Amino acid sequence: MRRASGIALAAILLILPGPALAAALEGEAEQQQTNWIAIGMFALFVALTLWITRRAAQRTKTASDFYTAGGGISGFQNGLAMAGDYMSAASFLGISAQIFTDGYDGLIYSTGFLVGWPIILFLMAEKLRNLGRYTFADVASYRFAQPPVRSFAAISTLLVVAFYLIAQMVGAGQLIKLLFGLPYSYAVIIVGVLMMLYVLFGGMRATTWVQIIKAIMLLAGATFIAVMVLARFGFSPEALFAKAVEVKTGLAAAKGATPADAAVQGRSIMGPGNFIKDPISAISFGMALMFGTAGLPHILMRFFTVPNAREARKSVLWATTWIGYFYLLTFIIGFGAIVLVATDTSYLDPSGGLRGGGNMAAIHLAHAIGGDAFLGFISAVAFATILAVVAGLTLSGASAVSHDLYATVFRKGEVSSKDELRVSRVTTLVLGGVAVLLGIAFEKQNVAFMVSLAFALAASGNFPVLILSLLWKGCTGRGAMIGGLLGLATAFILTVLSPAIWVNVLHLEAAPFPYTSPAIISVPVGFFAIWLFSVLDRSPRAAVDKAGYREQRIRSETGIGAYRAAEH
Amino acid sequence: MDEDMLARIEADPRYHRLTKARTRLAWLLTAIMLGAFFSFTALVAFNKELLAAPIGAGVTSLGIPIGFGLILLAILLTAIYVRQANGAFDRLTQEIIAGAEA
Repeated sequence: MRRASGIALAAILLILPGPALAAALEGEAEQQQTNWIAIGMFALFVALTLWITRRAAQRTKTASDFYTAGGGISGFQNGLAMAGDYMSAASFLGISAQIFTDGYDGLIYSTGFLVGWPIILFLMAEKLRNLGRYTFADVASYRFAQPPVRSFAAISTLLVVAFYLIAQMVGAGQLIKLLFGLPYSYAVIIVGVLMMLYVLFGGMRATTWVQIIKAIMLLAGATFIAVMVLARFGFSPEALFAKAVEVKTGLAAAKGATPADAAVQGRSIMGPGNFIKDPISAISFGMALMFGTAGLPHILMRFFTVPNAREARKSVLWATTWIGYFYLLTFIIGFGAIVLVATDTSYLDPSGGLRGGGNMAAIHLAHAIGGDAFLGFISAVAFATILAVVAGLTLSGASAVSHDLYATVFRKGEVSSKDELRVSRVTTLVLGGVAVLLGIAFEKQNVAFMVSLAFALAASGNFPVLILSLLWKGCTGRGAMIGGLLGLATAFILTVLSPAIWVNVLHLEAAPFPYTSPAIISVPVGFFAIWLFSVLDRSPRAAVDKAGYREQRIRSETGIGAYRAAEH
Repeated sequence: MDEDMLARIEADPRYHRLTKARTRLAWLLTAIMLGAFFSFTALVAFNKELLAAPIGAGVTSLGIPIGFGLILLAILLTAIYVRQANGAFDRLTQEIIAGAEA
C-alpha cells in the first residue's frame, strides 16, 4: 500500500526515484496514513495545470506573451488571478493557525493584508497600466536614466521574491510532509519542479490560469468549511465564539491555571492580545502590510496583463472583494479549529501541539468536517495555493533579471524578444534551484514572519519609489535609486536587529531594535531619502528627469500611448 | 506623444477638470482608508479593552464587527472608485482624447 502509493506519486511527478521514496515512507508509516483521495486530487490538479501549461506554451512565443500573456486577460480574470497570487499559504494556513492560537489577533493580520489593495487602486492602478509594459520598473523608471532605477528595482524584486518564496517553500514542505509522509526536502523539490515547468513553458498565461483555478478551489473549499462550521452552531457566530471561549478556558485550566486565570485566558481570544505587544509594533506592522502590498513586484506585474486602465481598475475591485471575503472565512475557520481540532487528541501530538506543526489547523479542521475525502480536497487546494503563488513569484523574479537587468541595463534595450525570452527561462531555472535550496535551509522558520519581512522590504523600497516617481515632479532617477536602496537597507538591517532574527535565529540576547516590524522607521526613511537626494541632485540628467514629468503625467492620466494588448 | 498633442491636452479645460476630480476622489478615499485602518491599529495598540469588550450579554466582542466592518469598508471604497472612474471619468477621458486627436 505504502510502496504502491509512493511509486504512484513518483510516476505522477516523474522526478523521484521510486525505491528511495518507498524507503523514506517506511520511517513515518505509523503516523501517516496514505490518503488516496488527496493524492488523486492533487494528481488531477497537476495534470490539469500541466495540460494548461502545454497549451499556453504553444502560444508563448514573444516576450510579451511570457511576461503579460499578451495583455489579453480580462479584469474579472485578472482579479481572480491577483487573489490567487496573493492568498498564499501564509494567508490560509498561517492566519487560520494564528486565529486558532490567539483568536482575534489573526483578524488584525487579515485587515492589514487587505487594506493595501484600495491604496493600490486609488493611487497607482491606472497609472501603472498606462505607463508600464512588463514590470513595475517600467513605471518607476519611465522618465529617468534606465540603469540606476532598473538596478534598484531588480535588487528589490529579487529580495522580496526570495523571502516570499522561502516562506511558501517552507509551507509546502510542512504540508506535504503531513499529507503524504514524504520527507520535507522531497516536498520542496516537487514544488520547485512544478513551478519551474509552469513558468518555463507557459509563462504568464499558464501562471494566470494556475492562479485562477487555485483561487476558485480555495474560495470554494474555504466557503464549504466555514458554512459547515457555522451550520454546527445553527449559523450563530455568537454560539461558535462562546464554544471557542469555553474550549480555551478548559485548556488553560487543564494546564494548571486557577479558574479565574483560565477564564481570563479563555476570554482573551475575543480581543487583541499576545501577537502585538506594544503600540509602536502595532502601527509599524500595519504600515508594512498596507504599503508592502502596494509594492509587491509579482502583484504589480499583474497590472500589465489587462488591455487597459479600465480593466486594471476592475481587477482591483474583484481582487479586493475575493480577498476580503476569504479573510472573513478564515476567521470562522480559525474559530472552528479551536472548537473541533483543539479538543480532539487524534489531531494533537503527545506534547499537546498540533500534529504536523503549528500551521496545520485548517487542514485538521477539514478532516474533522468532511473526513478523508474533504481532507484530500483541502490538501490539494493548499498545495495548489503554494504552486500558484510560487509560480507568480518566480515569473516576477525572472522578469526582473531578464527584462530589467539583461534587456534594459546590459543590452540598452537592443535585444530581440527571443534573446530576452531565453534569459528569462534560464533565470527561471536558477531561481527555482535557489528557492529549493533556501526552502530546505529555512525549514524551521515561521512562515508568517518570512512573509512580513518581504512586505517590509516592498513597503520601504518599491512603494516610496513608485509613489514619488508617479506623483512628484521633482523626483529624479538618482534620488529614486539612492532613496529606494536606503529604504531597503533600513528595513533589512532593522529586521536583523529585531527579535525575530536577533533572538530567534541568531540566539543573541536583547534585540537592539525591539519592534516587530521596521516599517515605522524604514518607510519614512525611503520617502525622505528619495526627496533629499532628488533635491540635492544638480546633474544635467536631473533636469531631463523633471522635464519628463509633463509627458508622463498626461500619459498616466489619459492612457494615450499606453502599450496595447498584443494581437493574436 | 508629440508636443502638439501635449499642448492641446494641456489647453483642454476638460483635462484639468478630469485630473482635479479624479485626484480629489482618489486622495479622499485614500484618506478614509488610511484613517480607518490606523484608527483600528491605534485601538489595537492603545485600547485593547474596548475591542475586547463584549457586546451585550454574549461573548462576541466589539472588535469583531469593527474588524469585519473594516474589511467591508475596503471593498466598498474600491467599488465607489471603480464606479466613478470607469463611468464619468472614462467618458471624460474619451472626449479629451477625441479632442486631442482631432
